[in-house]
Amino acid sequence: MSILTSTPNQTDKGRVVVAMSGGVDSSVAAALLVEQGYEVIGMMMRLWSEASVGPATATNRCCTPDQMADARRVADKLGIPFYVADVRQQFRQAIVQFFLDEHEAGRTPNPCVECNRQIRFTYLLERALAMDADFLATGHYARIESTSNGYVLMQGLDLNKDQSYVLHTLRQDQLAHVLFPISSYTKDEVREIARRFGLSVASKRESQDLCFLSDGDYRRFIRDNSIQIHQPGPILDLDGHELGRHQGLPFYTIGQRKGLGIAAAEPLFVLRKDTARNALIVGPRDSLGARELVAEGVNWISGIIPTSPITAQVKIRYKAAPIPATVTPLGGERAHVRFDEPAFGVTPGQAAVFYDGSVCLGGGLIINDDAREEEGHLISGIAEGIRG
Amino acid sequence: MQRNTIYLDHSATTPVHPAVVEAMAPYWTEQYGNPSSHHRTGYIAARAVSVARSRVADILGVDPDAIVFTGCGSESNNIALRGVMTAARAAGRGNHLITSAIEHSAVLATARQLRDYFGFDLTILPVDEFGRVRLADVEAAIRPDTALISVMAANNEVGSIQPWQEIGALARSHGILFHTDAVQLIASRKWGLASEPIDLMTIAPHKFYGPKGVGILVVRPGTEIITSQSGGGHEGGLRAGTLNVPLIVGAAEALSLAATELDQRRDHVIPLRNRLLTELPAALPDLCIVTGHPAERLPHHASFAFRGLSGNDLLIHLDVAGIAASSGSACSSGDPKPSAVLEALGLGPEWTKGGLRLTLGIHNTAGEIEYTVKTLTAIARDLAALEAAFVTAY
Repeated sequence: MSILTSTPNQTDKGRVVVAMSGGVDSSVAAALLVEQGYEVIGMMMRLWSEASVGPATATNRCCTPDQMADARRVADKLGIPFYVADVRQQFRQAIVQFFLDEHEAGRTPNPCVECNRQIRFTYLLERALAMDADFLATGHYARIESTSNGYVLMQGLDLNKDQSYVLHTLRQDQLAHVLFPISSYTKDEVREIARRFGLSVASKRESQDLCFLSDGDYRRFIRDNSIQIHQPGPILDLDGHELGRHQGLPFYTIGQRKGLGIAAAEPLFVLRKDTARNALIVGPRDSLGARELVAEGVNWISGIIPTSPITAQVKIRYKAAPIPATVTPLGGERAHVRFDEPAFGVTPGQAAVFYDGSVCLGGGLIINDDAREEEGHLISGIAEGIRG
Repeated sequence: MQRNTIYLDHSATTPVHPAVVEAMAPYWTEQYGNPSSHHRTGYIAARAVSVARSRVADILGVDPDAIVFTGCGSESNNIALRGVMTAARAAGRGNHLITSAIEHSAVLATARQLRDYFGFDLTILPVDEFGRVRLADVEAAIRPDTALISVMAANNEVGSIQPWQEIGALARSHGILFHTDAVQLIASRKWGLASEPIDLMTIAPHKFYGPKGVGILVVRPGTEIITSQSGGGHEGGLRAGTLNVPLIVGAAEALSLAATELDQRRDHVIPLRNRLLTELPAALPDLCIVTGHPAERLPHHASFAFRGLSGNDLLIHLDVAGIAASSGSACSSGDPKPSAVLEALGLGPEWTKGGLRLTLGIHNTAGEIEYTVKTLTAIARDLAALEAAFVTAY
C-alpha cells in the first residue's frame, strides 16, 4: 500500500506514538509504521539544552527550531499528527544532573543510557500508554523478537549502527510496548527508504551524543554547571610518585593519554581516579588492562537472573568490541565480570552490557575501583564458582 | 486522526455559518468590483459595502460613519491605540495610555511598543483574583495627560467580563477616550453604543461564525485618529486599502445572525458551560480549579487551572482523544511559558502552566460535554499520577 493511499485512522494494528527527533532514523520509523497500517502519532520531546556559548553550533543540538521544523515537515508529509512535549525540566533533573553528579563521583556516565531508561522508555512510554497507544516506537537500531520465553532484545542488523548497548535497561513490561521499525535495515537502506518516501531529511548528517551541550566540550560544561569547586591534585604513578598536577578529577577519563601535561619515557594513560585522595593514577598501557569488573543496577532483560555464572561477550563502552567473559550475578542487582583477556579502558560509570551472540542479555553500570575493592573478598569467592 | 473532533475552542475561532457563506458567495466571481471604481461594477460593490456598514451600525446602535472595516481584530486594536495616542500627542492633549495586564497581546504588545519605542507613558493595571480590573485602580492611574484607556470587554483566557461600562463612564467624566477590545464579548449581548460610554471598539467576525480576514473598528465620529496605514482615503482615511467586499458582507451577515439568535445561542451554551464549570472541579478536587469570575463571565466560556500539570500536555492528550481545546500557555514549539493572565490573577507557579480553556459553540451537544468531562478527568488523573511518580523518583 502506498503511503499516499493509506488511511491511518482506519486500522486494527493499533496506535503508536513515535518519538521523532527530526533525524532520518525516527522519520523513517514513522514512515514505515504508517505504511504498515498503524495509527501513528508523532511526538517530539523538547529536552533541556544549554544556551549557546561561543560560536553557534546548533546543528549538534537536539530539539532546535530547525529539528522541530524538520520533524513537523515529515509528519505533514506522512499525514500524521505531530506534537512537541516539553520535557526540559524532567531531562534537566534526571539526566543532566545525573551526568554532573556522576562526574563529581569520579565516574564517566553515559547519559544516553540514562535518558533511554528514565525519559524515553519511562516518561514518554508512560504518557504514550496514557493516550491509549499500544506502542512507543523509536528510530533505534536494535531488534525485538517475541519468543515463547518472552521478548528478546537483539543487536541491529547493521552492526556498525547497533544501539542495543544503550537499550540494555529495557524490561519485559517495556519491551511489550516498544517497536524499533528500522531495526532490520542498514543506515544506507534507511536513507534510501527516506528518499523513497520523499522525506527531506534523507541525507541529514548524524546527530551527536551529549545533545545538551552547546559546543561538545563536556569539560567546560562541568566547569560551568557544577556546584563543586574542582580541586587540583596530584597525578601519581602506580608506585605513588607524584608526576604532576591535575586540574580536577572530573576533567579526565580512564584511558586518556593526551592532555596530562607530564613528560615520561613511555606513554602514560589514566588508569583510575582515587577520589578519596583526589589523585589521578596513571601508568603504562599494560596496566590499563583489567581482568574483571563489577556492575551495579544490573538489568536482566529476560527478567530472570541466571543462577550460575554464564559465558558471555561483554561490551564496556558503546563503541567497544565485545570481549569474551564470565558473568556471575551477585546479590543486590550486581554482577561480576571476569574477562578471558584483559579489557582496556574499563571505566566506572560506563555500562557493561552482556551479549550471547547477537542477543543482548542485559547489563549494568561499572562501579568505582575502590568500591569494588571493598567487596573484593566476596567477588573473588564468587568468581571462583562457589555458587556455581 | 480526522475523527469527529469535539470542537471546544470557539474563543479561538468558529466555523463560518452557512448563511454567511451564502451571503458572501456572489462577491467572489460575479460582483467582484472595486467599491472605489466609478462604473456600475464598482457601484454594485460599493452598495454591498454600504449595506453591510449600515447593518453593522444598526445592530450596534451607532452611525454608519462609525464603522471601519479592517483586516482583523489585531489590526483594529493597533489602529485604535496607535491612532489615538499619536493624534493626542500631535494635538498636545496627552501622552499617557492606561491598559490592563490581561489584555490580548494585540493591545498589550502595541502598548508596550508605544512606550518602549515611541516615548509614550504607559500604566498597566493589575486585576483581582477573578481577572477583573478594579475601578479604583483605573481612577488612581488617571493623570492630566492620560489620552486613552483601553480595557477589554471580556477576557479571552479566563472569560471574565470587565466593568467596561463603569470604566468608560469614568474615562468620559475625565474627558479621556475609552477603547475596548470586545472581540470576545461582542456576540454575547445586545449593544446600544449610542448610550454606552465607548469611543472605540474592536470586533473580530470570525469569533461569531463569520469569516477570518476581516475586522471591525467602531470609532465614535469626531474621534481624532492619525492612521497608521496611510494611502487612499478608504474607510474615512483610517484604513487605506481596497475593501474586501465578500468578507465585509460576511461580517455583517454574521453579526446580524448573532443578534437575531442571541438568546437562542446563550440558552444553548450556558447550561453546557455550567456543567463544565461544576463537574470538572468536583471530579478533580485539589487538582482543578475554575479560573476567572464564577458568574460574570462569557456565556460560552469555561476555564480552569490544573495543579502541577502542563496545559500543553493536557492539550496533546485531549487532541489524541478527539477534543480540541486551548491553553493560555500552549505553544507548538514545546516551550510553554507560565500564563501571564493566570499570574495576574495571583495564582502560584504550580497552577500557571496548567491553564485550560474550553469554549462552546452552537453545535456542541450535552453528549460531547459528558464525554469531555469523563475524558479530561481521566487524562488529568493519569498525568498527575505520572508526574507524582516522576517527582518521587527525584
